[in-house]
Amino acid sequence: MSTTVSKPTPLGEQDHDETEVVRVHVPKRSLASELRAIKIVWRRELIRFASDRLRIVTQLVQPFLFLFVLGGGLQTLARSGTHGVNLKTFIYPGILCMAVMFTAMFSAASIVWDREFGFLREMMVAPVRRSSIVIGKTLGGATVACAQGIIVLAIAGLVGVPYAPGLILGVFGLQLLLAFTITAFGLMIAIRIKQMQSFFGVMQMIIMPMYFISGAMFPASGLPTWLTILNRLDPLAYAVDPMRRLVFSHLSISPLAHRALDSGITWWGWRVPGLLEAGMILILGLIMLGVAIWEFSATE
Amino acid sequence: MTATTTATAIQVDDLVKTFDQVRAVRGVSFEVGAGEVFGFLGPNGAGKSTTINMLCTLMKPTSGSATVAGHDIVRERDDVRRNIGLVFQDPTLDNYLTATQNLKLHAELYGVESGLVEPRMRQVLKMVGLWDRRDGVVGQFSGGMRRRLEIARGLMHSPRVLFLDEPTIGLDPQTRRSIWDYIRQLQQREEITIFMTTHYMDEAEWCDRIAIMDHGEIVALDGPDKLKAGVGTDRVTIQTDDNQAAIEAIRNQFDIEAKLSEGSVVFNVAKGEEFVPRLFSEWDGAHAPILSVSISRPTLDDVFMSFTGTSIRDAEEDPGRNRNRMMAMMHGGGRR
Repeated sequence: MSTTVSKPTPLGEQDHDETEVVRVHVPKRSLASELRAIKIVWRRELIRFASDRLRIVTQLVQPFLFLFVLGGGLQTLARSGTHGVNLKTFIYPGILCMAVMFTAMFSAASIVWDREFGFLREMMVAPVRRSSIVIGKTLGGATVACAQGIIVLAIAGLVGVPYAPGLILGVFGLQLLLAFTITAFGLMIAIRIKQMQSFFGVMQMIIMPMYFISGAMFPASGLPTWLTILNRLDPLAYAVDPMRRLVFSHLSISPLAHRALDSGITWWGWRVPGLLEAGMILILGLIMLGVAIWEFSATE
Repeated sequence: MTATTTATAIQVDDLVKTFDQVRAVRGVSFEVGAGEVFGFLGPNGAGKSTTINMLCTLMKPTSGSATVAGHDIVRERDDVRRNIGLVFQDPTLDNYLTATQNLKLHAELYGVESGLVEPRMRQVLKMVGLWDRRDGVVGQFSGGMRRRLEIARGLMHSPRVLFLDEPTIGLDPQTRRSIWDYIRQLQQREEITIFMTTHYMDEAEWCDRIAIMDHGEIVALDGPDKLKAGVGTDRVTIQTDDNQAAIEAIRNQFDIEAKLSEGSVVFNVAKGEEFVPRLFSEWDGAHAPILSVSISRPTLDDVFMSFTGTSIRDAEEDPGRNRNRMMAMMHGGGRR
């Protein structure tokens, strides 16, 4: 019956009247209390993700479909263009981004659920800053998306990508960045949306074009001009590119294949460095987080 | 428990809330003493929820001021929030978490001292009779259990004022009664002020004092017994074989307007117990004989009727009467 009650209480277990009232005190708002709020909001996302096994599986279906079915199916067609590199290996970094993206967007959607089912109100009336709630949600979504990414990372060997420590760490860091930025992006949209259906509508409209244009499924060089322009404007392209670069630097393939598949993103002929790309993703994420906080604080 | 002996828990001065063109709350003023159970009574759309939302710092008043637990609801929003507990009309639990997970989350958000979270949780769960179900997922709880859990959660941080917005709405009578038992028990043990809204007349009886709200204004404010005494009339119900003739006879002989209600003749009269002997002695033998008679004291429904000229149910069912305000509230809620 009893749990870990640290305080010796004079209570007769069942008798209400004899129970001494445990009085608690709510302290004034401080940095510590805000951090505690961020932590619990973050933890709630993890608890919910962990208890939803079905979601973990269903959100892997789409990336794996693309990787094994589309990648495997188009292999024969693509053979001449990939210079002997397996198509699955080529699209693998893009698939990683996909798994992270979908999970992150879905996590961001939880704020719409929270609103619909009333729980958001419980957080809104608490004596904590709105920013703490948004930050907690963003970190929670990023963590969950990253966990999903790790599953995809684990199957690297199946598509001919080596398990090199540098590669794993680098890809992990990049997907963490991506997860953070996409969650912030999703939250920025989700905070304005009152119904789940509309959120998924908006998501389809934004996410799919962004994903296809990013070059996750094809090399970013030698595209038609219009597509090149769109590709360079697509933030996701700057997440896919360094990831692919990292993967390809660990493959032993011909220089010809390298040039064809991993020529990467250029600005007027200048190859954009990977660190700059990563920095851009981070800054973009921070800006979007800021917008999300601002939006959420303005909500009554 | 009287309001005057102790400090003031809630002080409201001329609070106004306007949504676009509609004045949902039109300047209400009242005081609630520490330790009181204070009820806000009125039909849907009367402005009860809007008032409670302003006091909970969820809405900013258009004009006027109020303090809750000694803190201004506009300027000291956080201090108000630290000192109040809230149970909303609509559920705000996380259905995917267990009862304890919900309570822990609340304690963390409110910064409750870590060492006290467990004992406090145990206490509030026992109080609402959910200790045995503490590890159950909330999604599998019944409506009454969820409401009890919400009350427990509202108490987790030992608030000085607990706001309950329609705490028993949509629950069966038995659950409603048990929730009231908890509220009463709570008031005795926790030295807490309870501010609640309801549109169940019978529940308002439980309050120390009630304010009757209609059209955004407080039309009456007093203890339930005093309010009822203020109506000044009792309700007399008689049964005859010919009710229409009886109504006419009462009108002619006693100058009282009676009406037909559920097969009986009903009328209001001052000092009902003194009127009934007179009724019998003066009753004309030519009329249909009176088969039965009963006298009842005024209910809060009669109180509401005497102040607003309509019963609470009619006030809610008349769509035109409240439509504007309801729409304004929905609009205001959707605007965010």
